[in-house]
Amino acid sequence: MARAQVNPTRMELNRMKSKLKTARRGHKLLKDKRDELMRQFLILVRENKELREKVETGIKNCNRSFVLARAGMSAEQLNVALMCPKQEVYLEAETKNIMSVDVPRFKYKTRTSDTNDIYAYGFAFTSADLDRAVKETADLLPSMLRLAECEKSCQLMAKEIEKTRRRVNALEHVMIPRYEETIKYITMKLDENERSSQIRLMKVKDMMLKQAHGYEDYDKAAISLGKDEQ
Amino acid sequence: MYKIAVMGDRDSIYGFAAIGFEPFPMATHEEAAAKLKELVEDNYAVIYITEALAEGLEKEILHYSERELPAIILIPGVSGNTGKGIMAVKRSVEQAVGSDIIFGND
Repeated sequence: MARAQVNPTRMELNRMKSKLKTARRGHKLLKDKRDELMRQFLILVRENKELREKVETGIKNCNRSFVLARAGMSAEQLNVALMCPKQEVYLEAETKNIMSVDVPRFKYKTRTSDTNDIYAYGFAFTSADLDRAVKETADLLPSMLRLAECEKSCQLMAKEIEKTRRRVNALEHVMIPRYEETIKYITMKLDENERSSQIRLMKVKDMMLKQAHGYEDYDKAAISLGKDEQ
Repeated sequence: MYKIAVMGDRDSIYGFAAIGFEPFPMATHEEAAAKLKELVEDNYAVIYITEALAEGLEKEILHYSERELPAIILIPGVSGNTGKGIMAVKRSVEQAVGSDIIFGND
């Protein structure tokens, strides 16, 4: 692992140590965030799947009913019947924060709350199939809006999870090893410096002893003494 | 207050007008792309697009999927379900988890 280019000083070492600490903490937090996001996402995506299946079969049925209605009426009649829709949807969007992801929450109000009051036409010239088709579509409305909410949330959360996972991996496999490597390098270098200054001191001491008392090399003398004894 | 739009071929979407969605019948993908851009800038919170029409609009839809609003949702058209809508859900699972763990068994 490549280490950062730094001067091997004690100040740099402290800096690196605090950076490592921050990185470890960030890593832990992000990992927790990722896990929680994932949990929420899986709950949401299961709901999304169910809703989608429900809405898709619902729309299929609606389409079938509309085709039947069209078969029983002339195109003009059908157009006239649906020209001025009675029902309107007032949609309000709020945002909800799930683990720092802002997802939309829809609240809706329909203009006529009475479910029998959704037909914008007189019943005289339209077929009953059209009534059923409109009814089926109206019944599908809550599911469709919930699907929109759910699917959008899933998309946004998927994006956030991907981002968070990348950050976690970058910290775990790049940043933290790099800091550790750098810290190791600086400690080794500092230890090495310390040893070399120790040796230098010892040498200087030897030289001073020799100057002051005329001692020969202390160690050498000791070794030769030992040899004599053998 | 937000509005809800439905885009697609005429036969697939006119029914939604009855429940208060605004239908935008589109014939070509170019026309649809321009309209989609317009709708996104306008006050629409949810835009339903038929799968058949979305076929040629993938780039645009992907582009807008990063925004918080509008939610662009694929719905099956009158010509049948192409499975594209469920693919979109699958794709977000793959993006988040790394592999598909929800739809694996079907």
